[in-house]
Amino acid sequence: MNELMGIALPPLPAVLGQMTLGLVNGSFYALLSLGLAVIFGLLRVVNFAHGAFYMLGAFAAALALEHLGINYWLALLLAPLAVGALGVVLERLLLRHLYGLDPLYGLLLTFGISLVAEGALLQHFGSSGQTYPVPDALQGAVNLGYMIIPLYRLWVIAASLVVCLVTWFLIERTRLGATLRAATENARLVQAFGINVPLLVSATYGAGVALAALAGVLSAPVIQVSPLMGSSLVIVVFAVVVIGGMGSILGSVVSGLGLGMIEGLTKVIYPQASSIVVFLIMALVLIWRPTGLFGKS
Amino acid sequence: MRAATLFYLVLGAVALALPLLGVYPVFVMKLLCFALFACAFNLLLGFSGMLSFGHAAYLGSAAYVTGWLMATQGWGTLPGVLAGAVAAAGLGLVVGLLAIRRQGIYFAMITMALAQLIYFVCVQAPFTGGENGLQGVPRGEVLGLTLNGDIALYYFVLACCAGSFLFIRRVVHSPFGQVLKAIRENEPRAISLGYDVERYKLLVFVLSAALAGLAGSLKCLVLGFATLTDVQQAMSGEVILMTLLGGVGTFFGPALGAGIVITLQEYLSDRVGPWVTVILGAIFILCVLAFRRGIVGELQALQARRQARALSPGANAARDE
Repeated sequence: MNELMGIALPPLPAVLGQMTLGLVNGSFYALLSLGLAVIFGLLRVVNFAHGAFYMLGAFAAALALEHLGINYWLALLLAPLAVGALGVVLERLLLRHLYGLDPLYGLLLTFGISLVAEGALLQHFGSSGQTYPVPDALQGAVNLGYMIIPLYRLWVIAASLVVCLVTWFLIERTRLGATLRAATENARLVQAFGINVPLLVSATYGAGVALAALAGVLSAPVIQVSPLMGSSLVIVVFAVVVIGGMGSILGSVVSGLGLGMIEGLTKVIYPQASSIVVFLIMALVLIWRPTGLFGKS
Repeated sequence: MRAATLFYLVLGAVALALPLLGVYPVFVMKLLCFALFACAFNLLLGFSGMLSFGHAAYLGSAAYVTGWLMATQGWGTLPGVLAGAVAAAGLGLVVGLLAIRRQGIYFAMITMALAQLIYFVCVQAPFTGGENGLQGVPRGEVLGLTLNGDIALYYFVLACCAGSFLFIRRVVHSPFGQVLKAIRENEPRAISLGYDVERYKLLVFVLSAALAGLAGSLKCLVLGFATLTDVQQAMSGEVILMTLLGGVGTFFGPALGAGIVITLQEYLSDRVGPWVTVILGAIFILCVLAFRRGIVGELQALQARRQARALSPGANAARDE
């Protein structure tokens, strides 16, 4: 039964295994596209620097461990805070001047920011990667029945899911989130109610950036920490966002995880296509539903 | 307008005389190719208001097609270069059909993602030579004249680039170009006036891709190789920077911007290494924040202000009181 219409089917455990590993990548897609969606919702800026902030998060964790002895768990908290603070500063100094202009300028400005960040780190650390050790508590592996998976990867999936759910809850179910959504609809009206919208905008950008940095810390033990680790990832995440539709929080999480799994599946069936399958799906979605799977027209 | 004609005549004369002045022709040819690339990109962004974030795909894949046909299939120079441009136009047609389904930011993201797809195909395809690139591309001959000498090739490249530049001017000033301008300024109004906006957008996208491809084919001819550098996302960013720095929507701006960026890279990359990327990024930020009209755009605005002041002394006097 390992053959269907003349095509050799890979064994089921291999399929399930790659799909589970795909979920790890999908977690990063979900976290990054979630941050992009939150930023775009309020600022109308497509944050090209998202990949650079993801990279900075990983570097912050690696450098903190090497020079200050700050462990993984503390880095998980401190690195997003530090990178988020950098984001707030950049928003106040640079992005602020572009509100009201064509949103394309925001994309170009953040592209410039990512060039500066990547170039500076490339100058200092070179393009070869550094390894970040898996924390002691998450060493070892778990037997899932169809595969043996490193514990750390399961932790990445679980932690991302929790962070995504908390973000969703904050935005959809709390008073702060209600204010945020109202400001997304009509910033001037919200300001008229006495809410400090510029502060809200800065905080939102900082939070979105912090999500990217958190994804960076989570990924540090899984991949090599290098200055260019975010530059191609951000393009995949853009495709994820086009597929999911940028307006919806849950949409970006679901499509991030789903596309990660499809990518894993492709690795078993036709490995050569695994780097392009997300873009192909984007093309199909554009033909079938131009506004994205969860987008509103 | 007459000043502009004079400017272009002087520019043309200088370009024709350049090899006689002892300038290294290969560098000037590289400049010309990138100037054409930027002008092709500007046809899309400046004159039609569409930001493609993946124009490297057309530059790079045309270079591969021309290089492969000439190095391994024995094609001549003219058919090889033409085939490169046609291949780029074909890619532009497919990408354009998908991308024009969305506007603005989404258009940019879609072109970027599809260009990345083309990049990955180029990495894996058997005929591109992967990381090593495609090497040993012959220059061939045109109309019985060999292009092996740098001077001969220079005049061939110059003719192609100047011809394309005039073609772009013609397109922008044609009724077709006027409709594109209308779409750029107000797309819903253009639709309500009865224009088939999607067809106009698609056609200009294909034209821009074909001209970018021509630039890539010529570059492959000049350097004798095609590599992944030309298909990479960074190249798509560079052409945006060239156009932005020189002046979006001006005729000469993108060419000037290309000259500045390529010269900067050429002189700095040996001396400061990766700092070049930082410098380019900083120029990008500066342009977007303070300098959105670019060099030529700012000069034109300055001239317009001066003319307005000269024409209406009364207004000045009134303001002075």
